[in-house]
Amino acid sequence: MNTAQFAAIAAAVAVLAGCASMFAERSDLTAQAVTMMKTSFKEQGQAKLDRIDQDDVQRTCSQYHGDAAVPRDVAERIEKAEAARISYPADGKYLGDWKSGEKIAQAGVGMQYSDDPAQPSGGNCYACHELTQAEVSYGTIGPSLRNFGKVRGFTPEMQKYAYGKVFNSEAFFACSNMPRFGQKGILTEQQIKDVVALLMDPQSPVNR
Amino acid sequence: MKRTRRTASVLCLLGAFGAAAAIAQQRSAVEEIERYRAALSDGNPAELWEARGEALWKEKRGPKNASLERCDLGLGPGIVKGAYTVLPRYFADTDKVEDLESRLVTCMVSLQGLTPEQAKKDPFGGPGKKVPMDALVAYVASESRGMKMNVAASHPKEREAYELGKTIFFYRGGTHDFGCVTCHGADAKRIRLQDLPNLTATADAQRAYGGWPAYRVSQGEVRSFQWRLNDCFRQQRFPELEFVSPASIALTMYLAKNANGGVFDAPSIKR
Ligand code: HEC
Ligand code: HEC
Repeated sequence: MNTAQFAAIAAAVAVLAGCASMFAERSDLTAQAVTMMKTSFKEQGQAKLDRIDQDDVQRTCSQYHGDAAVPRDVAERIEKAEAARISYPADGKYLGDWKSGEKIAQAGVGMQYSDDPAQPSGGNCYACHELTQAEVSYGTIGPSLRNFGKVRGFTPEMQKYAYGKVFNSEAFFACSNMPRFGQKGILTEQQIKDVVALLMDPQSPVNR
Repeated sequence: MKRTRRTASVLCLLGAFGAAAAIAQQRSAVEEIERYRAALSDGNPAELWEARGEALWKEKRGPKNASLERCDLGLGPGIVKGAYTVLPRYFADTDKVEDLESRLVTCMVSLQGLTPEQAKKDPFGGPGKKVPMDALVAYVASESRGMKMNVAASHPKEREAYELGKTIFFYRGGTHDFGCVTCHGADAKRIRLQDLPNLTATADAQRAYGGWPAYRVSQGEVRSFQWRLNDCFRQQRFPELEFVSPASIALTMYLAKNANGGVFDAPSIKR
């Protein structure tokens, strides 16, 4: 081995060691933060301490923020794993009743310790998305879904995509800020069909 | 004929009820704005809390029958002016990083002889329930109004709290995969019509942190920063954040330091 090769290898080793120690530091900090959180929260109503435990998506995505974009291979791993977890309706029908979907899109209740767990949860889509023209009180964390079906086409493929997206948003966009409504049991199959109808039914005010 | 007319009037009534329900939400928003205007024209109602807090600060209370006037909030015993701008900070006597609320608990225990449980009981007021903590927080905060945030974050324990607070800020979990970053990690976002400060960006962090504690018109109460964190974790679908818990102080450290250089302007008035 000549000196140049040796120097190159030494440099590579140093970089790797640097990366490893950076990673160790960060996971150390996370472990410490988790320990801290476990002693800083108390169970309340339906919100037990296990809400603090992260699954793979949550653990991975917590590392990427600000300028640190999710690396392509990491994103692909998450999207593939989450896509495999989607359960599509056995009857092959993706569209429910858009009127009920509108109510679900409006409702912000569900899963907070102050909520009654016996009541169905809402989707609170309006918190983050523009949907109908009539509702001007909408948020902007997510993109506008106005005319969603009209723009994307009222096709069975698009219906299936919308169902899958609401069921498990991470299957299509790793580390999305959108909750995984079906995967996490926030909305039932029928409720998801209803909000998909809100997006995809030609009669729905989203498309009118 | 008679019968149809009756049906019609019933239908009409039902319609009116429906319309009433539909505008109820809108009306309560209008009422809120009215209350907000009224609150503004009378001056900031938080002044009532500030005055009560100042009296409580000087009042001899607890088993040791002592006031809080010798309490060291970080600038030396008894110094209230500017104290909020240097908190949270490390205190050698407890060997801990403390925010204002936890430091008040410390002083109630050491100076007034309360047990920690007594000092931490009832951290937030409610309808018909006035608690000492809200008033004391309002008073101490008001004595920093117009001054610049100046959190040191240089002691190793302060740096550690900052790093842990930062980690918690970006920590996603729970049923909705939310972390603070979901709602406060980007510029110019909103939930429904409520603007969301980007707490990782200096200008927004300064404005947001410098506005708490606040008199909340919708609740008719002065709310502390501890309350703000508690309520955001509820929206995050996490379990309940315990008052002055280590995680609450670490998060406060992260946010306060991000607000450094900003003018502290609280207790403010919020919707
Ligand atoms: C907390 C915020 C949030 C909530 C609540 C939310 N979303 Fe989203 N949504 C997003 C974000 C951010 C995106 C963009 C990133 C992505 O595609 O995942 C998105 C993307 C989407 C898309 C894909 C748009 C496209 O161009 O393909 C659909 C469809 C959608 N959301 C539907 C819904 C429905 C229906 C609900 C309610 C049941 C909902 N969202 C609730 C944040 C949210
Ligand atoms: C699901 C959304 C959501 C999450 C998650 C969330 N917040 Fe908030 N936060 C809000 C909303 C909405 C407001 C504005 C509330 C209002 O005006 O009533 C707010 C307000 C605030 C404010 C006050 C801003 C101001 O200018 O008055 C602070 C500080 C804050 N949040 C910190 C946090 C922290 C720290 C976390 C994580 C523990 C967090 N939030 C998590 C939605 C959220």
